[in-house]
Amino acid sequence: MANTGNSSVSDLQKKYKKSGMSRQVWRRFKRNKTAMLGLIIITLIVIMAVIAPLIYDYNEDVIKQNIKEKLQAPSAKHILGTDHVGRDVLARIIWGARASVFIGLAAVALAFIVGGALGSIAGYYGGRVDGIIMRIMDIFLAIPGTLFAITLMAALGKSIPNLVIALTISTIPGFARIVRSSVLIVRDVDYIEAAKAIGCKNSRIIFQHVLPNSLAPVIVHTTLSVATVILTIAGLSYLGLGISAPMPEWGQMLAEARNYIINPKYTYLTLFPGLSIMITILALNLLGDGLRDALDPRLK
Amino acid sequence: MTDTLLEVKGLKKYFNTPRGQLHAVDDVSFTIERGKTLGIVGESGCGKSTTGRAILRLLEPTAGEIIFEGQNIEELSDNTMREMRRDMQIIFQDPFSSLNPRKTVSQTIMEPMQIFNLYNSKEECMEHVLHLMELVGLAERLVNTYPHELDGGRRQRIGIARALALEPKFIVCDEPVSALDVSIQAQILNLMKELQNQLGLTYMFITHDLSVVNHFSDDIGVMYLGKLIEKAPADELFEHPMHPYTQALLSAIPVPDIHYKTERVLLKGEITSPIEPPKACRFAARCRYATEQCHNEDPEFREVTPGHFVSCLRLGEF
Repeated sequence: MANTGNSSVSDLQKKYKKSGMSRQVWRRFKRNKTAMLGLIIITLIVIMAVIAPLIYDYNEDVIKQNIKEKLQAPSAKHILGTDHVGRDVLARIIWGARASVFIGLAAVALAFIVGGALGSIAGYYGGRVDGIIMRIMDIFLAIPGTLFAITLMAALGKSIPNLVIALTISTIPGFARIVRSSVLIVRDVDYIEAAKAIGCKNSRIIFQHVLPNSLAPVIVHTTLSVATVILTIAGLSYLGLGISAPMPEWGQMLAEARNYIINPKYTYLTLFPGLSIMITILALNLLGDGLRDALDPRLK
Repeated sequence: MTDTLLEVKGLKKYFNTPRGQLHAVDDVSFTIERGKTLGIVGESGCGKSTTGRAILRLLEPTAGEIIFEGQNIEELSDNTMREMRRDMQIIFQDPFSSLNPRKTVSQTIMEPMQIFNLYNSKEECMEHVLHLMELVGLAERLVNTYPHELDGGRRQRIGIARALALEPKFIVCDEPVSALDVSIQAQILNLMKELQNQLGLTYMFITHDLSVVNHFSDDIGVMYLGKLIEKAPADELFEHPMHPYTQALLSAIPVPDIHYKTERVLLKGEITSPIEPPKACRFAARCRYATEQCHNEDPEFREVTPGHFVSCLRLGEF
């Protein structure tokens, strides 16, 4: 066997090719109908956010005021009606998805990187390093996330980069905690010691052995964090601390519509932005729950 | 002329606990000859595994010297130590937790080769992986399987192949068969014996199973509460056990003959605490020959007959 030619070696690899870990996860995920529904909804929302400029022109349809057509009920021309200054609600909802999706993803991605790095360092090295990092995280965690974001926005000033920063900082501690705890579980397993015994450097141990095995809960947390962050963006915008006025955002649309909330004639003004938020959050939670089940190898 | 591969001198490993220092390994010294097997026996928690890990510096020893091929590896920097790992490997007790569940069989066996850049191309690595798989008796079709798809015996073979990938001279076998079914145990032991003859390996074989150690070792060391209390060539130890603890251990080996009646030496009491142990014979509290002196004096580990070391104060009095 030792003197097999090169070609047959690669043939061998192909011949006994097995479905990888990720494929098995996907197979389990597919069986979960509600999770698939969540995934489909999220995909549609993301596609909507990406192609928004192709459907509606920002200057013409989204922010241009048209007093003559204000407060129209849903009709063929304006499928979801128009708001108090005559802007098309559907156009604003579709453009609003951009703010939620892009800012939400950016903030969670940053928090994932920073929080993940802090958490793995704390978990892997332990001792004093762990103590210092986690006590700082505890201080952040002591303040409710939304309140913390409000404070930061008030302090930093209203702008999109500041919004991302505020959301990132309030999301980091959660990531640090969850990464640390899953790293702690994996750290003392024999194969980490085995990796050390075959001469792996610390960085290789972390990236090749610890992280891939502690990623499952982190992925689930990421999905759920996106939901929380989108909700916080909506909340901040509702309070006037998030996205600034002409630019559409679901929470901000709710804020603008709150003067008309008493009149049942104008229900559509609050109903549709509210539904958008609800459906997005629900879909992300379904996706997160589905991933949690699919990533658990015991449910094979 | 003896050819010593590994010499351990005064090895100590203490752990800090809230109640004081736990003496997991306390002043253990021994040598292993090239190509031979030293069996280390003792009950759970006596420090056998800790000794094995401290020798490989998977745990940093508190004190002591570990001289491997004339070099004190205690003094090596992390980088030089990493180089040394090519020569010293370990096989783990639990084949379920010692393999990364996200790596296939070939990835696991290939990893050490990649770390040390042993071969020029991936193809060449793969050839050696297949060669190792054949050597340890794993079918070629398993190259891309994941550990969770395989049984304990096969998984342990992967662990052995991984340890052999760097062509080491010395392997610490930390209870390599105790997690396996009896039928598989014999297979793995025979495989390890074969590999030793074929590749000239030196083993330190840690176990709590006396029948295994007798079959496998040239020398046997008995540990109790962090101390090496007796060490002798295997046959000598089984024929003339000198330490009361060793005598009790050996009398506990079941004999497959219903007419044969052994006199069991039953130990009273429980193992004493390894946290801040008093300066006394560690075994004194359970020893039926213990005297006042045994409770006040720590016996020395001395050579009684050539090659036979014992630490007992009342040696020869009973």
